[in-house]
Amino acid sequence: MQTMMDTLSSYGWDLLDKTGEHLYISIAAIVLGVLVAVPLGILLTRIPSKAADRFISFIGILQTVPSLAILAFLMPFLGVGVIPAIIALFIYSVLPILRNTYTGVMEVNTSLKEAGKGMGMTTFEIIRKVELPLALPVIMSGIRFATVYLIGWATLAAFIGGGGLGDLIFDGLNLYKPELIVLGTVPATILALVASGLLSLLEKGLTPRALRKTV
Amino acid sequence: MLEFKEVTKKFEGNDYPSVHKLNLKVERGEFVVFIGPSGCGKTTTMKMINRLIEPSSGEILVDGVNVLKQNAVQLRRSIGYVIQQIGLMPHMTVGENISLVGSLLKWNKEKQKERAKELISLVDLPEDYLTRYPHELSGGQQQRIGVLRALATNPPLILMDEPFGALDPITRDSLQEEFKKLQREMDKTIVFVTHDMDEAIKLADKIVIMNKGEIVQVGTPDDILRHPANEFVEDFIGKDRLLESRPEVTRVEQIMNPNPITIEEESSLKEAIQKMHAKRVDSLLVVDESGILKGYVDIEMIDSNYKKKNQVYEVMDTAKYAVDKNSLLRDTMYRMLRRGSSYVPVVSDNNKLAGIVTRATLADMVYNTIWGDETADGNAID
Ligand SMILES: Nc1ncnc2c1ncn2[C@@H]1O[C@H](COP(=O)(O)OP(=O)(O)OP(=O)(O)O)[C@@H](O)[C@H]1O
Ligand SMILES: [Mg+2]
Repeated sequence: MQTMMDTLSSYGWDLLDKTGEHLYISIAAIVLGVLVAVPLGILLTRIPSKAADRFISFIGILQTVPSLAILAFLMPFLGVGVIPAIIALFIYSVLPILRNTYTGVMEVNTSLKEAGKGMGMTTFEIIRKVELPLALPVIMSGIRFATVYLIGWATLAAFIGGGGLGDLIFDGLNLYKPELIVLGTVPATILALVASGLLSLLEKGLTPRALRKTV
Repeated sequence: MLEFKEVTKKFEGNDYPSVHKLNLKVERGEFVVFIGPSGCGKTTTMKMINRLIEPSSGEILVDGVNVLKQNAVQLRRSIGYVIQQIGLMPHMTVGENISLVGSLLKWNKEKQKERAKELISLVDLPEDYLTRYPHELSGGQQQRIGVLRALATNPPLILMDEPFGALDPITRDSLQEEFKKLQREMDKTIVFVTHDMDEAIKLADKIVIMNKGEIVQVGTPDDILRHPANEFVEDFIGKDRLLESRPEVTRVEQIMNPNPITIEEESSLKEAIQKMHAKRVDSLLVVDESGILKGYVDIEMIDSNYKKKNQVYEVMDTAKYAVDKNSLLRDTMYRMLRRGSSYVPVVSDNNKLAGIVTRATLADMVYNTIWGDETADGNAID
């Protein structure tokens, strides 16, 4: 316990720094993921469902490649640093958000889409006023899922010089200092839990009143 | 207002066209009901009007302009549309739902609100329903809102695909009444799809019966009930309904009593009173020697004049209230009931007496309709 306190006092500022970096990498990756995966998901709903399914399975296969392998694979192309780390994480965020956007939008009652169209909504208006609001709970849970995982995986960013709490963990491994490993792991876990909690609050707030489950 | 010219739609991959060489003209203010078995192409026909489906060949003209030459979005905003499944947006309030097209047309908020209030009062729902969500309404109320949504921007043409489909008979009935009234007041042209013949008869100015993508018969409800074009239409209308709707299509001649009790105008009052006694009636129709209806005489007239007058023509009432034997029973019935008269003489050309319809005749007919058809119940009396 004494060693833990020592470590904390000597790495205190470092810890704050690393946590900040960690958050930055994760959030950047998630935001990128949302910006790409949500429109892409909507786009997929406009093509024949066979092709869409194939595309999603393909992204799914990419996802099964171990994260370290992806990082290693990207290094020769992107070099090291924060940006490659964000890009690698972004790749992981795409699938859950894409899949949920696609299913969420597909699940919106076709009669509502047709009502919208029949009343003279443009495609864009149908997306904005009908599909997105109704698919939002599903999309948001995809984003939440991706965020929790990304905050965990972001520890690996240290491997390609991306920084974050992973730095502490790697230091701990290299220097045989288990306290450092704990110091990196615990905040990452807490971050993930807090993010998940905040996002589920946001999800509730954004869910149309009429669609909230009344238990 | 609306015209179909040789309109055909064949979906890719189907062997047969869903709609085949359809020709139809709809006048302004007309209420047209499409009816036919499932899959006969009613919905397809309707959706081609607002371009949710595009015809493979032929033309559809709205106000003389081919719909394919118009911007699809603009076209749809100018035509009211009630879809089969109601399709209220669950995430929007009732007010927002009603104002949907208004908001697409960028009406200002005030105008949208005003219009929503105006409309909701038309269907006797309280104003505070505007802030509710659709799931807080009953099915019938939702269906009303679905109809209001189509009326919101006051389009001259409204398309309705089985708008009262999923309702219990009583709610359906009152919505139909309500809607027919609205339609008459607002002078809308309506294209309505249903598979319910009762609904069609009740609402339509013109019924279009379809089968396998083609029009089988077009006509007023009376036309169709009275002169079904072929066996298909007869089967489709159903024997029960032909029976039920007898007053709608039956002519007076078919149910009248052809042997009314008459007396010649030259007869004496004594003869008249004897005849009444023998036939156990309290009034007689008066005719001349060639059978022309002259009036009637009843027991009261004879009683108050017996001492002073001798012959029937001196005391009879010459009001020649009568109906033509070719008139519709329906009209006769209403007239009798309205006047409170217990019978009405039936005449042919030249006012020649042909028969009589009494309240007893009507009772017989209603009796036969009810008991002659085992499925009918007490409701049919109404
Ligand atoms: N999008 C489509 N693709 C292929 N075939 C279609 C399509 N829409 C309709 N059809 C076919 O066209 C025919 C007419 O369909 P439509 O929906 O117009 O029938 P309907 O008269 O409205 O029937 P219902 O009373 O069941 O609603 C059917 O045989 C149907 O299978
Ligand atoms: Mg249909």
